[in-house]
Amino acid sequence: MAKDEHKIIGEVTTTDYKYGFVSDIETDSISMGLNEDVVRLISQKKNEPEWLLKFRLKAYRKWLSMTEPNWAHLKIPEINFQDIIYYAAPKKKKELQSMDEVDPELVDTFNKLGISLEEQKVLSGVAVDAVIDSVSVKTTFSDTLAEKGIIFMSFSEAVQQHPELVKKYLGSVVPIGDNYFAALNSAVFSDGSFCYIPKGVRSPVELSTYFRINAANTGQFERTLIIADEGAYVSYLEGCTAPQRDENQLHAAIVEIIAHKDGEVKYSTVQNWYPGNKEGKGGIFNFVTKRGLCEGDRSKISWTQVETGSAITWKYPSCILKGDNSVGEFYSVAVTNNYQQADTGSKMIHLGKNTRSTIISKGISAGKSHNSYRGLVKVNAKADNARNFSQCDSLLLSDTCGAHTFPYIETSNPTAIVEHEATTSKISDAQLFYCQQRGISPEKSIALIVNGYAKEVLNKLPMEFAVEAQKLLSISLENSVG
Amino acid sequence: MSKNKTEIAPQLKEDLLHQFEATIDSFEAKESPFFVEKRKKAYEEFKLLGFPDNTLESWRKTNLKPFLERAYDIEYLPAKTTSPKESIFQCDINQFDTDLYTMLNGEWIEGANGVTTYDNGTIVANLSIAKLAFPDLFKAHYGECVINERNGLIALNSALYQEGYFIYVPDNVEHNTNLQMVNIINSEQSIFTNTRNLVILGKNAKLKLVHCDDSINNNSSFINNVTEICLQEGADLDLYKLQNKDDEAIVMTSTFIRQAKDSNLSSNTIVLNGGLIRNDTHVSLNGRGANADVMGLYLVDRKQIVDNHVYISHNVSNCSSKQVFKGIVDDQAHSIFNGHTMVKQDAQQTIAFQNNNNIQLTTKSKIDTHPFLEIYADDVKCSHGATVGQLDMEAMFYLMQRGICERNARMLLMSAFVRQIINEIALPTMRASVDELVQKRLKGELSACEQCSIQCIDPDKPIHFDIDISKI
Amino acid sequence: MLKIKDLHVSVQGKEIINGLNLEVNKGEVHAIMGPNGTGKSTLASVIAGNESYEVTQGEISYNGKNLLELSIEDRAREGIFLGFQYPVEIPGVSMTNFMRTALDEIREYRGQEPLSAAAFLKYMKEKKALVEMNAKLNNRSVNEGFSGGEKKKNEIFQMAMLEPKLAILDETDSGLDIDALRIVANGVTKLKSPENATIVITHYQRLLDYIVPDFVHVMYDGKIVKTGDKSLALKLEEKGYDWIKEELKAK
Repeated sequence: MAKDEHKIIGEVTTTDYKYGFVSDIETDSISMGLNEDVVRLISQKKNEPEWLLKFRLKAYRKWLSMTEPNWAHLKIPEINFQDIIYYAAPKKKKELQSMDEVDPELVDTFNKLGISLEEQKVLSGVAVDAVIDSVSVKTTFSDTLAEKGIIFMSFSEAVQQHPELVKKYLGSVVPIGDNYFAALNSAVFSDGSFCYIPKGVRSPVELSTYFRINAANTGQFERTLIIADEGAYVSYLEGCTAPQRDENQLHAAIVEIIAHKDGEVKYSTVQNWYPGNKEGKGGIFNFVTKRGLCEGDRSKISWTQVETGSAITWKYPSCILKGDNSVGEFYSVAVTNNYQQADTGSKMIHLGKNTRSTIISKGISAGKSHNSYRGLVKVNAKADNARNFSQCDSLLLSDTCGAHTFPYIETSNPTAIVEHEATTSKISDAQLFYCQQRGISPEKSIALIVNGYAKEVLNKLPMEFAVEAQKLLSISLENSVG
Repeated sequence: MSKNKTEIAPQLKEDLLHQFEATIDSFEAKESPFFVEKRKKAYEEFKLLGFPDNTLESWRKTNLKPFLERAYDIEYLPAKTTSPKESIFQCDINQFDTDLYTMLNGEWIEGANGVTTYDNGTIVANLSIAKLAFPDLFKAHYGECVINERNGLIALNSALYQEGYFIYVPDNVEHNTNLQMVNIINSEQSIFTNTRNLVILGKNAKLKLVHCDDSINNNSSFINNVTEICLQEGADLDLYKLQNKDDEAIVMTSTFIRQAKDSNLSSNTIVLNGGLIRNDTHVSLNGRGANADVMGLYLVDRKQIVDNHVYISHNVSNCSSKQVFKGIVDDQAHSIFNGHTMVKQDAQQTIAFQNNNNIQLTTKSKIDTHPFLEIYADDVKCSHGATVGQLDMEAMFYLMQRGICERNARMLLMSAFVRQIINEIALPTMRASVDELVQKRLKGELSACEQCSIQCIDPDKPIHFDIDISKI
Repeated sequence: MLKIKDLHVSVQGKEIINGLNLEVNKGEVHAIMGPNGTGKSTLASVIAGNESYEVTQGEISYNGKNLLELSIEDRAREGIFLGFQYPVEIPGVSMTNFMRTALDEIREYRGQEPLSAAAFLKYMKEKKALVEMNAKLNNRSVNEGFSGGEKKKNEIFQMAMLEPKLAILDETDSGLDIDALRIVANGVTKLKSPENATIVITHYQRLLDYIVPDFVHVMYDGKIVKTGDKSLALKLEEKGYDWIKEELKAK
């Protein structure tokens, strides 16, 4: 069985990245490199208020004093931060009043990605904010949402229209000096999505941001800020793709979530940045800081991620459980193939009483890739009756890949109960034989078993995303064992 | 990362480097170039590395700085005590049915100045003599698996070590008396010692070895020990480490174990007391069919810190390993467990298991547990788990409903919790004795000196037993 | 339908089957009996194509094709079904999804259109009724959390779904209580037709009260040493295997 299995996994994983096209969109970009003037220029281009410029400059100065983190189980080639364009935006006519005014090439781009910007054609029940090269190009459904008092717009618009909200929450969960890439983002972020759900409102639709890097040599530094006020609820989806390019591109985003009393935010990501080719050339460096603050009592933040793309992934969506009885969840499927590297996991910081957290992580490694789970569960002295359960499983599909688990459990409370378990396995010959005996081809058998393995997490995704994610899993693993 | 790094304890480092420079001549006079070269190399490594600080991942949770900044007597001098050894070594731990060998302040004082050779060919000797007597064994094994680069303390030891023990069990010998090596600190000064041990088990040799660290006064001493163990094909070693130090004592042990085909290691480290105890165990499974069980138990209270680091490297296929550590952490004590199972690409059919369970008793105590898996082979069975929690409340209720008072119910459950580790001790007398020590420790009745007959702190203090667990 | 000539099979260098011959025609039911460790399950695995076993000599033809050249899944698509002695658990894969995938692929192989979702569910319901499978399957993973009896019933259910030409039931009766045994046996009997054939591997005669075999073979030491009709099974039940060993020695 073994030889065949290898051959098949090999064949299964050679499918090409189907989002690798480049769109011919006129771009307004500044010259390469980073210095204080560039930071000022970005702020100026976006017509930002003084306080935001100060925020950026403070972050920039902080960044200069920091060094790249080197503790992850990743081999990161040296990044020349002067070789990156820090601002690139699709040129747009002034204010867009209707769909007709959007660059047809751009509409076409999103159509190719299966995302319609025309509201009547939009997936039912999903409002989309499309971000291309870090600039939000179109937000659908804004008006419908506005009736409920929900603010869902690009970050730049929010800065202009709701400066008090942005000022209050920006950097409140991820401080500017939190880490090297967070500092960089805080200095140069160009756009992103902003979302505010007022007291007692449940968002009637799923909110979604679609990120795409298009221009060459650009870094994408978007910023997402989501606030669920008391008793509010929102489910938020994030998707991403990038063209196939030989050079590595940097993506250093920040997502901040604040959930007030009884508020709930469900954040789902299907990350499908270009992973590089089969020899490991090109691909996105995905260095992202995602953190949620369960500020109020009984608030809840839940992260679900399906990670199949990027040459290197470095991200740890986290929850700070400050409110009593607040809940944090992290569900993750991370697939690495060829030469991809991922060091990903979660942090659950228990501060409030009766706080609960769950971490379910499923790593799947194939080819010559490296896939690490790294997670921290910290229970503060005051977090009475805190509970955490973590389960981190790894599935290895080749004998040339690596699957690693690095959990950190740190507790200072005698009433805490923290449990961590993990297993490492491969697809058993018996399972494969059983499927094949029922007439299922080896490729499909592997896809079936892998999807079954990841099911616990896939089930947490909203419906439309789950289907997409399942397909993505099978595609990512095509040719996975060689 | 390393730019602008400020070193910790630069003064002590400087003093130790000087100490080396001052002693190197006497080393050259006593030792063959084989050893001197190794010392010189290690000296350079220590110079480069300095003491491990919090910027190193494996030292993130254990801060040596305050401990290193104390004043130590680092000079190499003969034992600074004149106490007659008979009175010192009649401690409880002595009653394990073992042949006892003792070191005082890093100096060998029992089986003195010589080599004990058993009828079966087994040799026990102090290191400095063995080095001269058995050059071939040393050439083949000394320094073979110690990795100085792991941290400055190891390099420091490799440069400056003076004394320690040497044990050799020849091929096909099952040594039937258990060996107990006791390292006692008793000094007016706070001393800094570098002790070094070498243990070699020949093909199919068998040995049960008990290593005790003990102290009999409250001076803060710093023990920096490196032990090197070589298990040849089919060899079988039971290694027990019993650490019962006073609250000020600092013990750093680094144990490197190299295992050949079909060899077996069963190691059990029991930490009952100590100021700062750090045990690094580094196992290389180099031959197919080798098995390593590394277990441990720690019971810490007050401001004690215990840090167990275990690194097991599966370098070839068909080996198995197990790491099981349990601990109870009270008061403001801090426990750290870091287990790391490395499965190299060629190590197919590896079976590895890792588990760390903790009971936390107070809000001021801290528990850090980091069970790591690093896997590069696909056909493996690896799993790990870690828990932090309390005693099972339902079980508490059940016991109390049967009329047992809360305190005793708690005691019963705590001893049940640690039993798994104690039961792994293969020496019946030792198991019984450790069990008793643990019971006393759980009741808060055991201080570092209590089981020592000298009772130097308070000889008149009667020993209390509030409850007798066995009668419940 | 199935012709096995001088089959030799070894696993990790150890020969398990040495010189086995067997011929099965459509419409027939064959029972293979014999003491433990004589190669009965190995034979089933080899026919299904399990690559842990190495065929060192001999041939197997199936409907005129060289079976040994076919992949596991193609053998299944050609109509060979193996009822596993120990059905495998596949966590997270629902029974519905599993059967749908299998049926679609088999239909595609046979040049048939895939069934619509509604038609599939209806079909599944019919087959469940046929084999008296009353456990809810929709949300359960393949064999995960199934009791021993449920697992065996599930095998018969899958057999009903896939409508094989040659069904090999490997110790399907082991571990079943009398009711479960009856249900399993009834299922097999209902699925029997003049067009298909069944090989029943069993230890006990009791299953053969329900599934009446046309031939009973006794396997010993890697080959078939005796063939008879149903009465042979009864004789084995009564006298055990020793008399066969005696007979062999006498030769």
